[in-house]
Amino acid sequence: MDLVTISSNLLLVSFVAYLVATLFFGGAIKKSKSEKAYHNSKWGTIGLVITIIGFLTHVGYFATRWIASGHAPLSNMFEFTTAFGMMLVGAFILLYIMYRTPSLGLFALPIAIIIISYATMFPREVTPLIPALQSKWLFIHVITTVIGESILAISAVAGLVFLVKNIDMTKKSKQRFWIEAVMFTLVLVLGFVVTSTTFKVLGYEAEFTYIDKNEAPAEITYHVPPLFGMNEYEAMTPGAMTPWVELPPIINAQRLTSLTWSVAAGAVLYLLLRLIARKPLAAVFQPLAKKANSQLMDEIGYRSVLIGFPVFTLGALIFAMIWAHEAWSRFWGWDPKEVWALITWLFYAAFLHLRLSRGWEGQKSAWLAVIGFVIIMFNLIAVNLIIAGLHSYA
Amino acid sequence: MSKISCQCGHENPYGTELCEQCGRPLSKKAKESDIVDMRYEGASRRSQTYKSSIIDKIWNFFSSVKIGVGIIVAVLLASAIGTIFPQKFYVPATTDAEYAEYYERLYGVVGKFYFELGFYDMYNSWWFKVLIGMLATSIIIASIDRVVPLYKSLKKQRTRRHPSFMKRQRIYGEGAIENTAESFAKAEEELKKMRYNVKTENGAILAEKHRFSRWGPYVNHTGLIIFFVGVLLRGIPGFYVDEAMWIREGETRNIVGAPGYVLENKGFTLENYTKEEAEEVFGAALDKVGSIVKTYKTDVTLYKEKEGSLPGSDNLEKVEDYAIVVNKPLKFNGYNVFQMDYKLDELKTMTFHLVEKSSEASLGEFTVDLSNPEKEYDLGNGASVNMLGFYPDYDGIKDGEPYSKSPVPNNPAFIFQMNTPEKPTGEKSFVAIRQTLEVEQNDYAIKFAAAETRNISGLTIRKDKTLYILLLGGLVFMIGVIQGMYWQHRRIWIQEDADGHVLIAAHTNKNWFSLRKELDKLRQSTALPAYIDRQDPELDKPEQEGDEEIWT
Repeated sequence: MDLVTISSNLLLVSFVAYLVATLFFGGAIKKSKSEKAYHNSKWGTIGLVITIIGFLTHVGYFATRWIASGHAPLSNMFEFTTAFGMMLVGAFILLYIMYRTPSLGLFALPIAIIIISYATMFPREVTPLIPALQSKWLFIHVITTVIGESILAISAVAGLVFLVKNIDMTKKSKQRFWIEAVMFTLVLVLGFVVTSTTFKVLGYEAEFTYIDKNEAPAEITYHVPPLFGMNEYEAMTPGAMTPWVELPPIINAQRLTSLTWSVAAGAVLYLLLRLIARKPLAAVFQPLAKKANSQLMDEIGYRSVLIGFPVFTLGALIFAMIWAHEAWSRFWGWDPKEVWALITWLFYAAFLHLRLSRGWEGQKSAWLAVIGFVIIMFNLIAVNLIIAGLHSYA
Repeated sequence: MSKISCQCGHENPYGTELCEQCGRPLSKKAKESDIVDMRYEGASRRSQTYKSSIIDKIWNFFSSVKIGVGIIVAVLLASAIGTIFPQKFYVPATTDAEYAEYYERLYGVVGKFYFELGFYDMYNSWWFKVLIGMLATSIIIASIDRVVPLYKSLKKQRTRRHPSFMKRQRIYGEGAIENTAESFAKAEEELKKMRYNVKTENGAILAEKHRFSRWGPYVNHTGLIIFFVGVLLRGIPGFYVDEAMWIREGETRNIVGAPGYVLENKGFTLENYTKEEAEEVFGAALDKVGSIVKTYKTDVTLYKEKEGSLPGSDNLEKVEDYAIVVNKPLKFNGYNVFQMDYKLDELKTMTFHLVEKSSEASLGEFTVDLSNPEKEYDLGNGASVNMLGFYPDYDGIKDGEPYSKSPVPNNPAFIFQMNTPEKPTGEKSFVAIRQTLEVEQNDYAIKFAAAETRNISGLTIRKDKTLYILLLGGLVFMIGVIQGMYWQHRRIWIQEDADGHVLIAAHTNKNWFSLRKELDKLRQSTALPAYIDRQDPELDKPEQEGDEEIWT
């Protein structure tokens, strides 16, 4: 076995470990009657041990891939997103050791699992580094940013537990709608994973030529049946489905097609789950969050922002500026990714001020933490895929 | 304004909410509140006290956190809007009309509004700069408004607090215990073990730790202000140089923006990863995408004009040879020269034959250096060629004349006069790539023989004296956030009141859970009354019994 294969297998082991650990954290909550038992639960301890094993194999994936390629595996969407999943688990382990709350694990690990699944939908080949990335700052800047973002993400997980526990799911309300919208979004990511995997297994491919927005001819490959066609497209693959409509050049019809497939699959999946459960998904998870102490969840959410914010500042702004000055001659260039890092930073700055001075605790704080996570994911996914800039490596 | 005197005898500044020394509530608001607002120790803040003059109003506006958050959110939204479409500097256009056309062509009506509202140059717009200015003002005023009273208040606090202060704390407990003196001695010892600074005053204990963390916000705000100052300084001439230059292979040019320095381009290289040479692990990726760039490199020699020589003279001394690659700029005397761009295969020279059309015999050849063409090329044997016109970037005929759209030899064209012994008065010919025009039928023609090309390297020259100021700002900010966020200011008050009751109260600026953990630990070894956390009704009572370690 070569190193790259070993590396992929280690990642698979972590994936399975996180799945199993989730079950143990679920067990820890189900089996405990009192808060005391809940905190010292054997199930929880076993869950923690399995999580740590998964984290170690995840680090093993990272190290072996690094050795194989000769550079830190943080240079494309697959590598970055996988590292984000890894650090999310790392941040969870840190906070679990501090606070011992299985309900955090029950929500944090599935989110890590979804993130890793999402990562594996991107090309997984080991690629050599383009000149702009050939720097020691690749590791320093990216890993610090990933760690910062993961710790911040834990605050969203704690916020989610708080909200799932405290929102009255029996009455119609704005909060009930939005917490269900969060659940739906998570299912949509699963929809993306399901469609991509299905068509990958089927080996679906359709090639087209088209005219891009600069009026130059270009080629594109669809990996799912093309619902939307690129500007002035012509099919190159015989027998491929004819797109329903042709779109103007500024819209990437291929990505819109993938998105549409994911949303459709996600919606079907969601409906199926609703039919089985016969109640909102947030209500399904509510009993699992019920035993968490609200005050404690609020504090974990706040604490992780307090720990994560300086790390994020260091990685995503300070180290980023130092590297940008080395590679691109300016420390700041209003590139979309930079701007969104600044937006994330401003958002958490506003969060801290609202909390410290305006007393935004509990539900308000929990919602802000969830929105913060949405901004981080937006910067990771949408800015790379939709808004083109210097950071679009995927 | 008059001072407020407390029952304890202390004179407090006008506007004080809680007595600086004993903590008695002084204002109506503080007296009526259940849990007292401890954020600034109830000290008198200018913004909360003076509200009449215009200066007061401006001060109060900027010192408000609500306004501050409003400004942050406004900057956030403006920044986000700026990323919807590409900003001005990423758009290949130069005039306003071209910009307008670009946005409307690609993004339709929305694009048109984006241009007209000025969002296409968001970050240089006057109102974005005003927002940043307001943010800086708010940071300065809000910090001063809080840090001074907070500092004074924490300095003046007394060990024994009035029971009315104790009772209004979030964590509070009271009760009778058996051996007060012994318990207090034990508590003092335990608190010291937990690294508290302990002060005692006949039957009262004040344990305090990490007060420095309270200064964190003000330190990080100072860092931000230093950063803003650095950015402002870039506007001063001499602090900041940002120039670009194109330099061809073999050329020696003065460095733009760095007077006295000269750069020679000894060759530009673009290298790709190839399947043959790259490591095996990259095979799959290279198969998939074709080629991936490995290096952009310009080999240069840096020269400096000798002291006392005239500008532009050839009196140079070599400084160093260097290979500029991405991520490794050439550095000298505060300047950085970066590899930013390139053009491959620009025409350098073109070689032509002068031929007799009928016999196709060559009368000789000549080479035109496109960057420095000569007026006349002597071919020997009485034949010569005069260059009457040179159009480096020929773009058709305009007003009856050939027209060059730029001085760059992308599409060179010439008007040659061919002088031969047969036709000593000369024949004229217009020669462009794949095209020859003659006014009259000529006997002789110019035939293209060969061309030489070279690469051009695009370099950026920067000098930024403010970098260290910006870096200092970043460093101070980091110190501030770490100091403020990784430590908490905790205080525990324990005292015996006049009736022999023991009161216990505690405060932290954040992270109450850890404070409770410490209190629980203290109560395990020391007989002290049970406490309540008045903001956590879900907290289990049995946890405080002290015989079980729950929060591990």
